[in-house]
Amino acid sequence: MLELYDGALNVSEIITRWYAQEVDYNYGAYIPFIGTVREEDGIEGLSFDVYEPILSSWFDAWQAKVETLGAKLKMAHSRGDVLVHQSSYIAAVFSPKRRVALETIEKFVEDFKVSAPIWKYDLRGGQRLYAADRSTPILGAGILGEKQ
Amino acid sequence: MVTIEFLGPIQKAPLTLEVTSLRDVAEALKNDSEMAQWLDSCAVAVNDTLVASLDTSLKSGDKVSLLPPVCGG
Repeated sequence: MLELYDGALNVSEIITRWYAQEVDYNYGAYIPFIGTVREEDGIEGLSFDVYEPILSSWFDAWQAKVETLGAKLKMAHSRGDVLVHQSSYIAAVFSPKRRVALETIEKFVEDFKVSAPIWKYDLRGGQRLYAADRSTPILGAGILGEKQ
Repeated sequence: MVTIEFLGPIQKAPLTLEVTSLRDVAEALKNDSEMAQWLDSCAVAVNDTLVASLDTSLKSGDKVSLLPPVCGG
């Protein structure tokens, strides 16, 4: 399940609802990762662009992969502006046992950071500034710049 | 015609080009001064599937997307 929201995430509603959705499915472990916008370098918040078609196919590929382990993923992310101390990202894994859940949440969140087609901007002084220095080229990037 | 769209922070309106491969797209964009800073770092998708080769063929109606470096979360 992939959920996109305009603006900040309602953390308590999302993680409570996800828990209720899965509580009867005999998962022994539920690990949510909640990303919160930190006050840093004078920013007022962050802003996000999301390209949903490729994000969805990336997420579906992960879901298929973890299903083979008996696990399930859920993810929520913001579009647009999210202010300091609000949440823009929640990823969660459900699995029968803790080890798969612990390993999966780490791998999923790390791959998310370098693969999910989402662009981050700092909100500072009324401007929306691309966070180029914290961004990572997607694996395989650069073919258009190759020497002919 | 093939549509070229520029995602995220690339502030550029979509283009339509008469091209038959990604190699043709690369040639066209290399002559575009706005795009010089992006070509080495962008991933490329054709019809929303990421591709890894300039030899990827294109036909009329295809959509090529350029995805600059990402940072979700």
